[in-house]
Amino acid sequence: MGNALRLVGFGPTGWGGTLLEGAAMTLALSVCAYLLGLAIGALCAWGRLSGGRAVRAMIDVYTTVLRGVPDLLVIYLFYFGGGQMIGAIAHLFGATGFFGLNGFMVGTIAIGLVTGAYQTEVLRGGYLAIPRGEIEAARAIGMGRLLMLRRIIAPRALRFALPGMGNVWQQVLKESALVSVTGLAELMRQVNVASGSTQLPFDFTIAGFALYLALTTVSGGVFMGVERRVAHGERMARKQRA
Amino acid sequence: MAVASGEQGVTSGSATEAAKPVVIEAIGVEKKFGANKVLRGVSLAAREGEVVSIVGASGSGKSTLLRCFPLLEIPDAGDVAIAGEVLALVERGGRRLPRDIGQVQRVRSELGFVFQSFNLWPHRTVLGNVVEAPVHVQKRPRAECVAEAEALLEKVGLADKRDAWPAQLSGGQQQRAAIARALAMRPKALLFDEPTSALDPELVGEVLRVIRGLAEEGRTMLIVTHEMSFAAEVSTRAVFLDAGIVGEEGPPEQIFRHPQTDRCRAFVSRHLARG
Repeated sequence: MGNALRLVGFGPTGWGGTLLEGAAMTLALSVCAYLLGLAIGALCAWGRLSGGRAVRAMIDVYTTVLRGVPDLLVIYLFYFGGGQMIGAIAHLFGATGFFGLNGFMVGTIAIGLVTGAYQTEVLRGGYLAIPRGEIEAARAIGMGRLLMLRRIIAPRALRFALPGMGNVWQQVLKESALVSVTGLAELMRQVNVASGSTQLPFDFTIAGFALYLALTTVSGGVFMGVERRVAHGERMARKQRA
Repeated sequence: MAVASGEQGVTSGSATEAAKPVVIEAIGVEKKFGANKVLRGVSLAAREGEVVSIVGASGSGKSTLLRCFPLLEIPDAGDVAIAGEVLALVERGGRRLPRDIGQVQRVRSELGFVFQSFNLWPHRTVLGNVVEAPVHVQKRPRAECVAEAEALLEKVGLADKRDAWPAQLSGGQQQRAAIARALAMRPKALLFDEPTSALDPELVGEVLRVIRGLAEEGRTMLIVTHEMSFAAEVSTRAVFLDAGIVGEEGPPEQIFRHPQTDRCRAFVSRHLARG
């Protein structure tokens, strides 16, 4: 047991630093993928709400496909499929050998695309939950589309979308573990490597548990905090009535 | 409650009104929803300082007509004009659309619209609701808007609710805040769409008092309402809307006491009997 503690810990022979670096990589990958997914989701939600028939159909196909296949397959598609394509193109120009892609980039794009599909529905739902009268009041007082989006629609949609956005964030954090198949040195990968090298899979799996749980709990708390802030007015009113 | 009662009470003599300019006007407005023809050619004008009440049975098109002025509904035929300026509409793909959305937005900002369901923005405080459009639509200096908003909240009796959230207010307070929000735009005319219909009976009075105060200031107003005795008391002219057309129009004494048409008489006796 003392040996295990030394190995999981931060001493010269310990894996603690490596695991923390892995956790930092997981966090960085998740943040990038989440932001990409958020951007895709916002664009697609806007397209679904106000686009023409062709735009709406395209977005429908995107959300249906990306939500309907395993995420691991999407990562394979980009990592191995993408490598194969680039390899084939390179062969045309006389190059040989295997072309590996950057795992961080592939992971960001794959998870961003998958969660963008979920985020589309979350954000669209947030918009649709805004009572129409609030938007009508903004129109009636002379607001233009952009001003209304910035001052009324975005903050109100956010208030309704935040719980769903928090879910998507947790999903991204956990899915980032799948990117370990590309060899990217994120937390899951480091847990695997450490388990294999030390022959202590139980101890390192538990360490991985703890680190993922720390990441999800802390970031979940951040989302809760933002949620409370955004719903401030209603919370005050509830308190008053109670 | 501190409702400013203007000294220059409204003179309802038609001779003085005829000289004043028309502030808001509907010209042959038609509107149908699906197969349901709600408005079948309504013309109506309010001159400066007039308080025009619009009454009629449910489904007679009162609210739809009112919503046509700021183009919250776009008339299928006919036009609306604010201060003599017609809001230009064009046919496009079988639909009528504003020709210049900039013009529509500007004119909307010159009208104050008060909704049946208040429609305050819940993510802003009462003061935030009132200064929102003066600051961001009219782009007036914030300090000036805040000072004016505080005076308006005082006027509608909500000075102490300045920093409250809409969800903390009663319906009557919310509607008074919504009136302050409309007034903050220094509107050329105020449009009230059944402003007390969503309120508990005991809260109706406080809102009507505020509206009465505004009428006494000589503001130009169109009021769609079911409060017949209130309409009889504050308006300078009344319009009875009947199945999408103007059924009868005249001074409130005529419409509410001595209607000339059978249908108006039937409507009024049905409603005044209740009140």
